[in-house]
Amino acid sequence: MTDKSLSRRRLVSMSDVSVEDVQKIMTATSAMKEVSERDIKKIPVLRGKTVINLFMEPSTRTRTSFEIAGKRLSADVVNISASGSSVSKGESLKDMVNNLTAMKPDLIVLRSPFSGAPYIVSKWIACPVVNAGDGRHEHPSQSLLDLFTILEAKKSFDKLNISIIGDILNSRVARSNMLIMRKLGINITVCGPATLLPKYIENMADRVTTSLKEAVTGADVVMMLRIQSERLNEKKFPNLREYSKLYCLTSDTLKHAAKGVIVMHPGPINRGVEISPEVADGPWSVILDQVTNGVAVRMAILYLLLGGGLQETN
Amino acid sequence: MIDPASGVDAVRDVLIDGGEISIIEKNIQAESAKVIDAKGKWVTPGLLDIHVHLREPGYEYKETIETGTHSAAAGGFTSVACMANTSPVNDCASVTDYIKGVAKSKGMVNVFPIGAVTHGLKGESLADIAEMAEAGVVALSDDGHCVMNPSTLRAALEYAGMFGLPVIEHAEDTHLKQNGVMNEGLVSTELGLAGNPRIAEETIIARDVLLAEYTGQHIHFAHVSTAGSVEIIRQAKAHGVKVTAEAAPHHFTLTDEAVRKYDTNAKMAPPLREKGDVDAIKQGLADGAIDCIASDHAPHGIAEKEVEFDNALFGIVGLETALPLSLNLVREGVLTPMRLIETMSLNPARVIGVKRGTLEPGAVADVTIIDPDAEWTVEPSRFKSKGRNTPFAGWKMKGRAVVTIVKGKVVYEFEG
Repeated sequence: MTDKSLSRRRLVSMSDVSVEDVQKIMTATSAMKEVSERDIKKIPVLRGKTVINLFMEPSTRTRTSFEIAGKRLSADVVNISASGSSVSKGESLKDMVNNLTAMKPDLIVLRSPFSGAPYIVSKWIACPVVNAGDGRHEHPSQSLLDLFTILEAKKSFDKLNISIIGDILNSRVARSNMLIMRKLGINITVCGPATLLPKYIENMADRVTTSLKEAVTGADVVMMLRIQSERLNEKKFPNLREYSKLYCLTSDTLKHAAKGVIVMHPGPINRGVEISPEVADGPWSVILDQVTNGVAVRMAILYLLLGGGLQETN
Repeated sequence: MIDPASGVDAVRDVLIDGGEISIIEKNIQAESAKVIDAKGKWVTPGLLDIHVHLREPGYEYKETIETGTHSAAAGGFTSVACMANTSPVNDCASVTDYIKGVAKSKGMVNVFPIGAVTHGLKGESLADIAEMAEAGVVALSDDGHCVMNPSTLRAALEYAGMFGLPVIEHAEDTHLKQNGVMNEGLVSTELGLAGNPRIAEETIIARDVLLAEYTGQHIHFAHVSTAGSVEIIRQAKAHGVKVTAEAAPHHFTLTDEAVRKYDTNAKMAPPLREKGDVDAIKQGLADGAIDCIASDHAPHGIAEKEVEFDNALFGIVGLETALPLSLNLVREGVLTPMRLIETMSLNPARVIGVKRGTLEPGAVADVTIIDPDAEWTVEPSRFKSKGRNTPFAGWKMKGRAVVTIVKGKVVYEFEG
């Protein structure tokens, strides 16, 4: 394990990431953030490297973030959008990946609507795979930028109380965060309606509650998740009005939080549904910092996987 | 020789003549006979697998009657009952006749077709049950699908009862299952895969038991996978309801942990469950709550499994691994050799009402010779089945069929 690389050659799950890796990524992110403040936002570390963003699920924000990150490192970045299941389009996933492999990319950033997709793609391609979100499973780069944002505000992870609130059942952000935060000594509470809390979630979080007030009380960090309208069709709750009544974060609710509480959201936000406008625009919100940090974190990830000298398989 | 029907577990010579069992005795002198030395091995009635998907007609790229029965023979089975979810569906006599015709000319083992309960497996109108009965189906099943409408199931039980046909239920409430792809549990929560809860199976089993009781007819539950199901069945039997049940080897060997790496060869319906369920199935096989072992052999094309977990088809092959996995139960002390053979020969024969599963003078000479100690490794590329979709690839197995005899002819010999 060299100084400059992650302990694994891929970033698919936060279970791939050790506490030491988190330190490395945080340090590298600080350096990368500085690059993004310069007039000429470019360093040559990944010059001549080909990075393919294979996005099989629509995403403007994450893809743009990865694209900017790659370009600031001087990599050649290619974006491929392939919506939905490639099988239904006629070309099998395997054939698509084989075709990409033949073009000799140095790294693939993969987003898929299907949990576990990066594992199957990893079987067919030798270069590192970075998971940009696979179904409901994980979203490691989001989790890492969340950690960086928290560190900026709170200076240390130790004994922090973090509450993640919303559709936990379908959230890859929640899963990635739960996995890594427990390793870092953070106290995690998850909160949402009973129908959106997965079975055995108490094994992944320290506290589970269906009460917004309880989740926010004493919290140092409150992370709101977006409720998707698709959930309405699944009959998990009656309507958005009820959802909002129970789970919308308002400045009133925040009165119960710990002093210096910060409010986060992976975006895009539904104003008035899970987060009230005064909170979204208020002094507690670090939501836009998350976006800025997102580019820097992704630069750090690409650098550590590709540019950090010898890569080692674990 | 192990023969559950007569209770004999002893060293015997078996003489086969003209496709029939002729004499069974301690020592037989027969000069012109070909001798198969089965010293140290088990000579049992030919095994029956009553839950097999042969895929013909319509899905010959996955399997044919020829390759499927070859796979059965390699697994030690002399008979299979094949499910109706072919294309066209086996919901009328002409498809039944077609299957029987192909089986007669190309099948390596006995093939007993199972007819659909409803037309096209749609769960709406009853299939041509009387005509299929006449054509020779041994049971009815919409397997692959659950008969969701209880009044349809009631009608099927009553109508099929006129012909002595059991209804085989694939118990899985589609509303509770939704788009579940694996057992709903800790693993599904961690992997972010939609869960198929135990109650999807148990609610249907409870419902169907009541229907069987009310109509006085025979219902058989396919691939029982949960502890709760086993208990409901056990109680139903104690109540005198005409219930029988089968379990598949993967459900008493693997848990949902096998899905950890998103291995699509661990995806089937009903899904792999948890340790408590595995233990309950073993207990059920031991105490009689579960009557048979049946593989639910479900071959698929390679491309159909080489996709994301959500998109992979449900099902794994099982004919060639069923017996060694079941022999593990004997080694673990869960089943006696006699009980194991009973669950794989006499009992399945009784469920589908065929005169097989016994070794007695006059019986059809379907015989399996098992070497319980043979050591071998599972290599999917060497399967006789077209299907390669097994979670047991590379497993070191102990025990297998070494000779399979159908109607007095050796159809399979293990070459090592």
